[in-house]
Amino acid sequence: MDNLIWIFISALLVNNFVLAYFLGLCPFLGVSSKLETSFRLGLATTFVLIITALCSWFLNTYVLTHAPYLRLISFIVVIASTVQFIEMAIKKLSPALFQSLGIFLPLITTNCAILGLAIFATNRGYGLWEGLTFALGAGAGFTLAMVLMAGMREEAEIGSVPALVRGTAFNLIISGILSMAFMGFAGLFSST
Amino acid sequence: MAISSKKMNPYDEMMKGLWRDNPVFVQVLGMCPMLAVTNSAINAIAMGLATFFVLVGSSFLVSSLKRWIPKQVRISVYIVIIATFVTVVDYVLLATVPAIHKELGAFIPLIVANCLILGRQEAFASRYPVKLAVMDAIGMATGFLLAMFALGSVREILGEGKLFGVSLFGDNFEPWVIMILPPGGFITLGLLLLLFNWVGERKQAFIAQVAEAERGKA
Repeated sequence: MDNLIWIFISALLVNNFVLAYFLGLCPFLGVSSKLETSFRLGLATTFVLIITALCSWFLNTYVLTHAPYLRLISFIVVIASTVQFIEMAIKKLSPALFQSLGIFLPLITTNCAILGLAIFATNRGYGLWEGLTFALGAGAGFTLAMVLMAGMREEAEIGSVPALVRGTAFNLIISGILSMAFMGFAGLFSST
Repeated sequence: MAISSKKMNPYDEMMKGLWRDNPVFVQVLGMCPMLAVTNSAINAIAMGLATFFVLVGSSFLVSSLKRWIPKQVRISVYIVIIATFVTVVDYVLLATVPAIHKELGAFIPLIVANCLILGRQEAFASRYPVKLAVMDAIGMATGFLLAMFALGSVREILGEGKLFGVSLFGDNFEPWVIMILPPGGFITLGLLLLLFNWVGERKQAFIAQVAEAERGKA
């Protein structure tokens, strides 16, 4: 149990997927202009991450022990098609949920955070529960980073930022400062 | 899917990737590997070369197979082709330079998720003949490699006082450790983009000035 809590906190704060591993930067820089949208994208990503953890555990345990060189290809194909199926199911079963999450699902599948999670979980030899906790922590960390970033960008819209700096350059510098702040959480681990 | 009737010059297709349509500084694609592995110049170059091989290989294959790829499943086919090349690169690096393979770690398989590569297949290789597609891929990949090298060398020089592991400043240099840590990556890339924007703006202003002067003369 203790182990699971540490995996969660590590993925959430210390080794935040966006700010420490640079995974999922495309949505982080591209879609983070509104607080509301960022939060919903974060939730949808968390959902896909959990599905990914299940898929990669299944593949690693039952399929890839026979053919490890197919790992990358099978991860991508299986995850993408599972997400497609789930998207169809959500559309059919709950149009309201589809409205808030569904439009993001196909985009998220090509996000490197998804594949990154599967690869990291495999490299570290996580089991099913560890993998699920890792996915939950990574998803929560991604949502946290997205929401913080969107909040700052909304504020900066009103501020007097020179025209030359506006855009990606500005967002990258903000992310750098945010990432520096998150480095402080590394102290959490040295005490144990 | 029709091949454009206007004459396209392979040389121009290659050169546009280097500066005018630079994948990193202008299109802002492929950020994840860009920031994650550029903490030293040699890692940046290794990653750039791996991406080069994957991009050129898959552009060649996609462009030659484009007649047989059904339109509905084209994205999946592209991804499988890209993933195959990435697997090849992964095993080749593991066999030839195990030390660098260990440092790049999970980021080699993540080349698959680099939106630059998929973007070139969808936007270019699936529409144009093989020769143009390969030239375009070479140009884009070289532009990516140059951007990686720029970022990697700046971070290594400031963060460790070294370039390719050779000490540059002697013992009195106090390294900015932050530059080789994640925040340094974000900030350096932000500043490089700023520089790029600034140069672009100056160039625009210069062109406008010249046009103004021409009009004055006429």
